[in-house]
Amino acid sequence: MSTTTIDGRTIHVDQEGFLTEPAEWDEDMARSLSALLGIELDERHWKILRFLRADHASTGETPTLRRVSTSLQVPMKELFQLFPTKPAKKMAYVAGLPKPRGCV
Amino acid sequence: MRQLLVLGAGTAGTMIANRMRRLLDPHQWQVTVVDRDDDHHYQPGYLFVPFAMMSPHDVVRSRHAQLHDGVRFVTGEVDLVDHAHDAVVLTDGTRLPYDQLVIASGTTPRPDQTPGTTGPLWRDKVHEFYTLEGAVALREALEHFTHGRLVVHVTEMPIKCPVAPLEFTLLAEAMFRGRGQRDRVEIVYATPLPGAFTKPVASARLGHLLEDRKILVETDFMLESIDNERQCLVSYDEREVPFDLLVTVPLNMGADFVARSGLGDELNYVPVDRGTLLATGHDNIFAVGDAGDIPTSKAGSVAHYSVDVFVDNFLDHVEGRPLTHHFDGHANCFVESGDGKALLIDFNYDVEPLPGKFPIPVLGPMTLLEETRANHAGKTAFSWVYWNLLLPGRLPMPTDMSMAGKHVPTPMNHTEPGTTFPEKEQLP
Repeated sequence: MSTTTIDGRTIHVDQEGFLTEPAEWDEDMARSLSALLGIELDERHWKILRFLRADHASTGETPTLRRVSTSLQVPMKELFQLFPTKPAKKMAYVAGLPKPRGCV
Repeated sequence: MRQLLVLGAGTAGTMIANRMRRLLDPHQWQVTVVDRDDDHHYQPGYLFVPFAMMSPHDVVRSRHAQLHDGVRFVTGEVDLVDHAHDAVVLTDGTRLPYDQLVIASGTTPRPDQTPGTTGPLWRDKVHEFYTLEGAVALREALEHFTHGRLVVHVTEMPIKCPVAPLEFTLLAEAMFRGRGQRDRVEIVYATPLPGAFTKPVASARLGHLLEDRKILVETDFMLESIDNERQCLVSYDEREVPFDLLVTVPLNMGADFVARSGLGDELNYVPVDRGTLLATGHDNIFAVGDAGDIPTSKAGSVAHYSVDVFVDNFLDHVEGRPLTHHFDGHANCFVESGDGKALLIDFNYDVEPLPGKFPIPVLGPMTLLEETRANHAGKTAFSWVYWNLLLPGRLPMPTDMSMAGKHVPTPMNHTEPGTTFPEKEQLP
């Protein structure tokens, strides 16, 4: 397991920089992580991030784009505007959750 | 008489009905299975039909013929699970009461969920191979396809048998090479995931498979629509992938009655406990096989190993004793790679596919994460195993995944703080 330091705090991350300890995340951390992606968080982002955190806490899995879109009634297209290019990965990254994965 | 009611006579439902019929006292329990028709499809065969490696009639047998004589088979369409009153209602109005319910209604491709999929090009230049009808239509299309751009595409995860699109791609590449047409066919693999392989060890060992065979990979591709006029896939981030022949894997969803009954998530899968398969919030409803939401592949192999756990737990459960057996997410599957070879992968919820030998450590005869002829022979023989051992519930395999025979990579070294954080261009 690797570690890195963001804003003076040491956090555990995987090879791509995704947090591996969800408990090390807080809203300040989200601001720092989103800044690294060039995203400024507004209320629409926060609504999504809070859902991601809550859903991961109850299911143990990072929710898919469809799950986010259906659960929050946010059109898929808007997720691509809020977290441009790779929303599934970027949302997970900023929310401090494991990235979406396949089986091989 | 107590009632065990199973919805769906596919892989999981058939195995459960057969095994529970043998274990439960016939004077105390009736076992009933409901399905809409009497056609049991050997779904792994769909992959081979487009390449004429299996004929359509080899794929289908009677459902009731796979069931133990003591199991009652009811043909009908499920309208609703009335879980407040422990009964299932069929669309013809029949009411089937239950003491214990098993939902094994699987998952199906829904091309209608993505705009343009079932447009004018459907079954002409836009194909799928997750139904027998689709696989047969695609066989015709491949026969006549001699040059141009073939795109193999996955709409969204999870899908049934997640390695099948990769297998299809590799088999197609080998077929065009064999026909001497490879230099006139461009092959593209488009996936919503960050890569064709996403697990580190599999990715490191298998990434070359696509590169060596000059298969282009379009990653993080989330399909918004299929433009029939311009013959291209359009993603939400406005990328376009043109095709001359498209083989898409449509969005997969669980049965609609699951949603109507208020038992499903956003894709009609039943939320269950991943260890016991008991539906969340219910103590007499289980969802097994592809119908549940456990975080692993939707595949017959998962159905097989999870049914073992279900069977071990069921007798305790109906007597009110605690469930002591827990499913570890174990699955293994053959991955056809063309040229008479295949790979084999074995994994669970927590352990990614690793190299090694299977099922006997060191000896094999099968090799994990490597292309061999023995693996292909295993895949070919599996159809016999499926009908004769698996469905009757007589395939003796240990349920839990074994680490014996696997090579575990050295764990990542701990590095100094601040040294491993990716450069900005490597961020997601």
